[in-house]
Amino acid sequence: MTILGRSEPLNAPETAEPLWPSPWASMRRRARRHIGLIVGSGWLFAMILVAVFAPLIAPYDPYDQDLGRRMIDPIWLENGSWAHPFGTDALGRDYLSRMIYGARISLTIGFGASFISGVIGVTLGILGGYFRGRVDSVVMYLVNVKLSLPGVLLALALVAMLGSSILVLTCILGFLFWERYAVVTRSVTQQLRSADFVMAARACGASHLRILVREILPNIANHIVVVATLEMAIAILVEAALSFLGLGTQPPTPSWGLMVSEGRNFMFFKPYLISIPGAAIFLLVMAINLLGDGVRDITAPESRN
Amino acid sequence: MSAYLLRRLIVAAWVAVTVSILAFALLRMSGNLAEQLAGEDARPEQIAEVARQYGLDQPLYIQYLRWAGSALQGDLGQSLFTNEPVTQLISERAGVTIQLALMSTAFALILAIPLGVLAAVRANSWLDRLALGVAVFGQAIPNFWFGLLLILLFGVTLQWLPFVGSDSIWHFILPTATLGLTVMPSFMRITRSGMLDVLGSDYIRTARAMGLSRFSVLFKHALRNAILPVVSLVAVTLGFLLGGSVIVESVFALNGLGLLAFQSIVRADFPVVQSIIVMVSFAYIGLTFLSDIINAWLDPRIRLA
Repeated sequence: MTILGRSEPLNAPETAEPLWPSPWASMRRRARRHIGLIVGSGWLFAMILVAVFAPLIAPYDPYDQDLGRRMIDPIWLENGSWAHPFGTDALGRDYLSRMIYGARISLTIGFGASFISGVIGVTLGILGGYFRGRVDSVVMYLVNVKLSLPGVLLALALVAMLGSSILVLTCILGFLFWERYAVVTRSVTQQLRSADFVMAARACGASHLRILVREILPNIANHIVVVATLEMAIAILVEAALSFLGLGTQPPTPSWGLMVSEGRNFMFFKPYLISIPGAAIFLLVMAINLLGDGVRDITAPESRN
Repeated sequence: MSAYLLRRLIVAAWVAVTVSILAFALLRMSGNLAEQLAGEDARPEQIAEVARQYGLDQPLYIQYLRWAGSALQGDLGQSLFTNEPVTQLISERAGVTIQLALMSTAFALILAIPLGVLAAVRANSWLDRLALGVAVFGQAIPNFWFGLLLILLFGVTLQWLPFVGSDSIWHFILPTATLGLTVMPSFMRITRSGMLDVLGSDYIRTARAMGLSRFSVLFKHALRNAILPVVSLVAVTLGFLLGGSVIVESVFALNGLGLLAFQSIVRADFPVVQSIIVMVSFAYIGLTFLSDIINAWLDPRIRLA
């Protein structure tokens, strides 16, 4: 990739901007040229729209079974028809409608789990990085304990014990995957704690809480956003995997991972039953990762490598 | 060196104790074990009798100490489902999982190190972008889905490889590829960024200026230092794979620890689940400890810091 936004000659059509653009302006300009960021955020936004407006977009009720119309091929196969563009599943439910409603599950769990783990991880990381010493030892000890526990196994065990409603799933995933937030927040806070503006705030008599919330947090927000996208992607993948194993979202809820699992028995004759939901998970996770890489590139281009 | 070792050993021991307490408490609090042991329609006296017999009427910390005490003597209890000793169940299955973890890590390293080195040498070229593309792909693809696609392509359509069970080395190829692809991206990124750091350093310029061959500079001098973070990551990954192969084992019906854990979770077979979680965690702690020692040995700056 070329060095984004820097190779631009100053007399380009955008000279309406001042000679030294504000950080936001140069960030916007880098964003406009970042293909990954545009594609990733575009796809994520489209999926959010699909999830929000699912009842308006979906051609059928995703739970409606019609045993007379089982496993109709999707439109790109010979026998497909526009009545069911993605075909129907083994119970005659419209696959497109189920895919549309499935976006709700993945996105809810993705956003929710990423938020919960963010609150836990950022709090721990910022405290450890700022106060150092004993506080930091405690934080690192907690991170070490979390790292040594097998996440997916524990998630499976907890789901089996506590149930698998979407709320419970979101909380379990949120409580299990916070260590990356803690590690990243801790290390960037350590770099900032002796920065001039933090020293200045302390000299002015600002409390620790004020320094943490008003001075440090805004300055590490970009790093937090990058981790948030990563965690969201992981939460979506783990939810899909749990549902695939039969311990996540329960039938008849249309979850993409569960749909792969239901299609698995028929995949030798009807491969589209697994390829469509699998591809949807893949594309959504890839879009979120591209978005995260893009945010990192435009807010801190020097940390790209 | 010995001070550093001692410090790391104390941390590792603390983490290990915490993990065992967590695993014990978590599964003990999940439900009334005595009721489950006594059977479906046991009378309250019978349940109380079972509780007394198994020591379940004691306070939790005494139960923990008893459990930990006998675990240290190699007795992890019996499976509630098959009544076999847990140690026997685990040792029967561990081989498959260890083999899969080692093969996947090797597969990932064989792909990732050359790709990462080339990407760093030709930074920002098409090769770099290709490597990045492979990484983005590997990170986003749900591994259960990728496994199913491999089964469809190589197992069913081309009929090149077997895909059910663990009878021969051939059975491990598809699972290895599936798991290997998910861990490959992090290996590649870390090799690339390590190489980029090292290639910019003075001693590499000196080596080049002295007329050493390109190959010798890259692989004898640069890679040796760039590989340090990879060593830690290999340890972490091996630990992760021991607990993280649940999904792949279930897709390919490999009879390893992951599948045993999954089956035991579904049957609420607590002693087995507990023991697997603790053993996988201990393996992780041991592996990271080992990698710290290796790194301290390779790089004196670490042990003197």
